[in-house]
Amino acid sequence: MSLDHATVRRIASLARIRVEEHEVENLRNELNGILGWIEQLNEVDVTGIAPLTGAATMALAMREDVVTDGGYPDKILSNAPERIGNFYAVPKVVE
Amino acid sequence: MLTDLTIAAARDGLRAKDFSAEELTMAHLHAIEALNPRLNAYITVSHARALDQARAADAALAAGEGRALTGIPLAIKDLFCTEGVRTTAGSKMLGPFVPPYESTVTANLLRDGAVFLGKANLDEFAMGSSNMTSAYGPVENPWKRRQDQAAVLVPGGSSGGSAAAVAARLAMGATGTDTGGSIRQPASFCGLVGVKPTYGRCSRWGVVAFASSLDHPGPFARTVRDGAILLGSMAGHDPKDSTSAPVPVPDFEAACARGVKGLRIGVPKEYRSDGMPSEIEALWQQGLDWLRAAGAEIVDVSLPHTKYGLGTYYIVAPAEASSNLARYDGVRFGLRQDGKDLRDLYERTRAEGFGPEVRRRILIGTYVLSAGYYDAYYLRAQKIRALILKDFTDAFTRVDALLTPTAPSAAFAQGENMDDPIKMYLNDVFTVPANLAGVPAISIPAGLDANGLPLGLQVIGKPFDEETVFAVSAAIEQAAGFSALPQVRAGG
Repeated sequence: MSLDHATVRRIASLARIRVEEHEVENLRNELNGILGWIEQLNEVDVTGIAPLTGAATMALAMREDVVTDGGYPDKILSNAPERIGNFYAVPKVVE
Repeated sequence: MLTDLTIAAARDGLRAKDFSAEELTMAHLHAIEALNPRLNAYITVSHARALDQARAADAALAAGEGRALTGIPLAIKDLFCTEGVRTTAGSKMLGPFVPPYESTVTANLLRDGAVFLGKANLDEFAMGSSNMTSAYGPVENPWKRRQDQAAVLVPGGSSGGSAAAVAARLAMGATGTDTGGSIRQPASFCGLVGVKPTYGRCSRWGVVAFASSLDHPGPFARTVRDGAILLGSMAGHDPKDSTSAPVPVPDFEAACARGVKGLRIGVPKEYRSDGMPSEIEALWQQGLDWLRAAGAEIVDVSLPHTKYGLGTYYIVAPAEASSNLARYDGVRFGLRQDGKDLRDLYERTRAEGFGPEVRRRILIGTYVLSAGYYDAYYLRAQKIRALILKDFTDAFTRVDALLTPTAPSAAFAQGENMDDPIKMYLNDVFTVPANLAGVPAISIPAGLDANGLPLGLQVIGKPFDEETVFAVSAAIEQAAGFSALPQVRAGG
């Protein structure tokens, strides 16, 4: 499977990464190189195999659904590029 | 020189008051001052904080309250969040980021009295095998080719700064993270012991996430015993990481002295690739001979899906990365690049903040998870991952541990393997399977190649049986008697 120009643009848009027009062709080649190499996985017979999501062998533990942390908005907001009071600030979304 | 001591020897020297923690830390800070401008092993040096910690260590020692690492100066990979100390992940994206909290692993080290010298350089978001993708510049490997002293070699990656710092005596040990080989491959390139424990042994809480089901924090050290001491401190159950294992931490240091008599060591035939350099092949054979001489039985085993490990990894890891790195949007922390609306702000921030390799992996991950391709790529990769785990599970019904080479080559020069991403990916061919399966593995320096560069052997063990892996590693260390030193080092 080979990615075309429009697909590269679509992926970049899904990933919310701005890609300049002059970068698309080079990216397309790199991504196709990697995807072509990964094609080798099609040789493997995976019939009846259950997918493995992770290496942790134990079941995830249950815990009480209670607040265990928090109450320090200044610490949380200390790295905000822009804030207004105790909120993160972004460009206006709704007109 | 104080900077040449092992952690075990420094611990004894501190307790005997042969020297103070402040002297030990100062010796390392001086070494960093002298060599870091050249090696670029540290992104941030926390001089004042390290001295404060050293003085606190001296007070604790004077009160007879020394703990496992009291006064021991370490380097921390700049992927571990350290409260009040800038944590960049090697990315421009996190250039201004100062964590308001401490990662569990570094908190454990601080609890045990460690001194943090600074934050070690790494490939951006731990994506790379050469440290060349760091936004803070490449790291120089302190080792030199005998015939070509001018060539600047890479320390491996992604934990390249950690490895270079420990090899050049700019730290007694270091933390690293290993998602596909990022501790073991740099350990092999820099003549160090690198430990990737079992998945779940060390908490991932507070470690900047790359691929959550594959990320393993672990230590670098100059001896197997030092690696055991560091892992003993770093490990332990952490309710803040849902995949952290609620199992006790054994005495890894004691396990180093167990010996290998009666152990069955497996040799996976699939690791014997056609292109393997004869020196690495010979070293592997030598390692098997050492273990046999020490009383182990060598058994041929098969891990039939080994050749699919890398391909599986390069679907699973980018998929998880594309999801984990979605958080870098210029809103809550890190870099922001303003745009005409919110979406434009996201896209410009992410274009500006991520380097080419990170961008590549996010795009691959986004693609393999996108509608219509999920089953063909991601789901298939997860099924092959199950087969790779089964290979190990089957092998471990017959043997106690496996021995393989760590990497397919010695350290290469800056600029080599850079023209094609896949060439760089092939560095991790022997290390990736242990990440996919979550089993523990240690790289031990075992010999030198014809250029005088270190080569590592890898011991792989059963889940949560690091003790056997340490025992086998210590036996190899003892037999190898690896005493070569890097040309660039403190006092060298």
